[in-house]
Amino acid sequence: MSADLSDLYQNVILDHNRRPRNRGRIPTANRSAHGDNPSCGDQCDVFLRLDGDRIAEISFDGSGCAISQASASLMTTQLKGKTTAEAENLYKEFHEIVTTGKEPEEISDLGAFAGVHAFPARIKCATLSWHAALNALRGDGAPATTESHKD
Amino acid sequence: MPSPWDNIRDQFPILDQKVNGHPLVYLDNAATTQKPLAVTRALDRFYANDNANVHRGLHALSMRSTDGYEGARARVQAFVNAEAPEEIIFTRGTTESINLVAASWGSANLRKGDVVLLTEMEHHSNLVPWQMAAQRTGATVRYVPVTGDQGLLDLGALDKLLTPEVKLFAFTHVSNTLGTINPAADLCARARKLGIVTVVDAAQSIGHMPLDVRAIGCDFLAFSGHKMASVTGIGVLYGRRALLDAMPPWQGGGGMISSVDFSGSRWKPSPERFEAGTPNFADAIALGASCDFLDLLGREQIRLHDGGLAKEARDRLAELPGIRIIGPDGERGGLVSFAFEGVHAHDVVTFADEDGIALRGGHHCNQPLMKKLGLTSTVRASFYVYNERREIDALVASMARTIKFFAG
Ligand SMILES: Cc1ncc(COP(=O)(O)O)c(C=O)c1O
Repeated sequence: MSADLSDLYQNVILDHNRRPRNRGRIPTANRSAHGDNPSCGDQCDVFLRLDGDRIAEISFDGSGCAISQASASLMTTQLKGKTTAEAENLYKEFHEIVTTGKEPEEISDLGAFAGVHAFPARIKCATLSWHAALNALRGDGAPATTESHKD
Repeated sequence: MPSPWDNIRDQFPILDQKVNGHPLVYLDNAATTQKPLAVTRALDRFYANDNANVHRGLHALSMRSTDGYEGARARVQAFVNAEAPEEIIFTRGTTESINLVAASWGSANLRKGDVVLLTEMEHHSNLVPWQMAAQRTGATVRYVPVTGDQGLLDLGALDKLLTPEVKLFAFTHVSNTLGTINPAADLCARARKLGIVTVVDAAQSIGHMPLDVRAIGCDFLAFSGHKMASVTGIGVLYGRRALLDAMPPWQGGGGMISSVDFSGSRWKPSPERFEAGTPNFADAIALGASCDFLDLLGREQIRLHDGGLAKEARDRLAELPGIRIIGPDGERGGLVSFAFEGVHAHDVVTFADEDGIALRGGHHCNQPLMKKLGLTSTVRASFYVYNERREIDALVASMARTIKFFAG
């Protein structure tokens, strides 16, 4: 397997793809948003329970490639307990990782997605769930679609 | 006598390259086929010698260009066995051809309470234009069901669906997702008995098998050049003359009017009525060259070749663990679609690309059908005249490696 491909399908990603964390709708959710990628048919719903400004619980459901499923799963583990501002900042960092291949500042599983930058067509797969989560946090209930935002 | 099938790959220089260190295996022919030198050279020759606008110049080049364009129309007429060249309208492709019928025939003939009958296996391009026409006119759209993974039309249900409210029945000849070959002549005969207008989407059949619009007995038939060894940007709508002559134009502009004054215009007959503006004459000439190329190979031989490779690929892929193959066990068009338990199609396609193999993964513009089959996406391998059995070996080996990797 080429270096690029083994960088893309890191063990962390394969593991989250095989055993997704926080999958399924949480009954206590008070926010949710839907995301879709019309060019490949990937779908992602994110459910949140916001406690004040803090994400008390978070889950996702959907279908898509290993990159999109692993990204959604890993995202839920990273966002739990964060405030809206912290979540926005984390997304900025994640976005930089997947678009430039830069390693995260602190050691983090998000670094597993650095290999995505060599496959520009897959960046949208990695960011879909994050867009849905941010829309849910903003509370406007707007659906996220990869056609209306850049990555 | 040397056969045009000997050295056929020499006609397609694009195939002679490495992708990710492996010889290119191009199995995405249902999306678009490669173009032979016979076609690209015809286009080069035209631009090098004859190019000028058609139908309006009185000079030598314009007359040559016009002869080339109308010659291509006659070539396509013969290729599909239409009665007259006026029954061949050049468009951008299948999608535009179907939109033309939906806009023009639809606006003149569909009323509230009418039904447009489609099938559950239609490409979005033979579905969305009808939903739009229904919305405009108050007609409703109904669908002939597909029977499970075998992907055949439920012909028992069809007779019940062919009610007096049905004004038009549009269906695909060969499904781009299932590979199913629908019995087009039988379907048109059933509809015609009830006076229902028929539209055949021939995008996936035209380049792969003999096709005769009079034997099929359809009213309209649509296809794209780029899926039949020709260039992008050119396609055809065949329409029975009596219907075309009764249809209003769908776009206005130069070339389609017999006279214009400030209070109104009168339309030319078909095909000019439906070809407003400067037509794509250069690519139409390339389409004529593709017809020659395919007839030289023999369309019955192409059917046996492409269908044979698809059947063999199907049988060999079926031995892989966790695979689900979609589409008929029996005769199929030149493609096979499949899904793996637990591995998404896009991951499979990314891995195949590493091995130099071009596949398609996704919903293939068939989202409602995918939903019905309980799938979000499939992997599709589709074959054409230059594909070889050794490429099936490469495909099967790549798929086996991929499932092993994801099984961990
Ligand atoms: C069955 C079928 N119909 C219609 C189309 C649309 O063709 P085009 O995009 O050339 O208009 C396709 C192409 O994918 C197809 O496979």
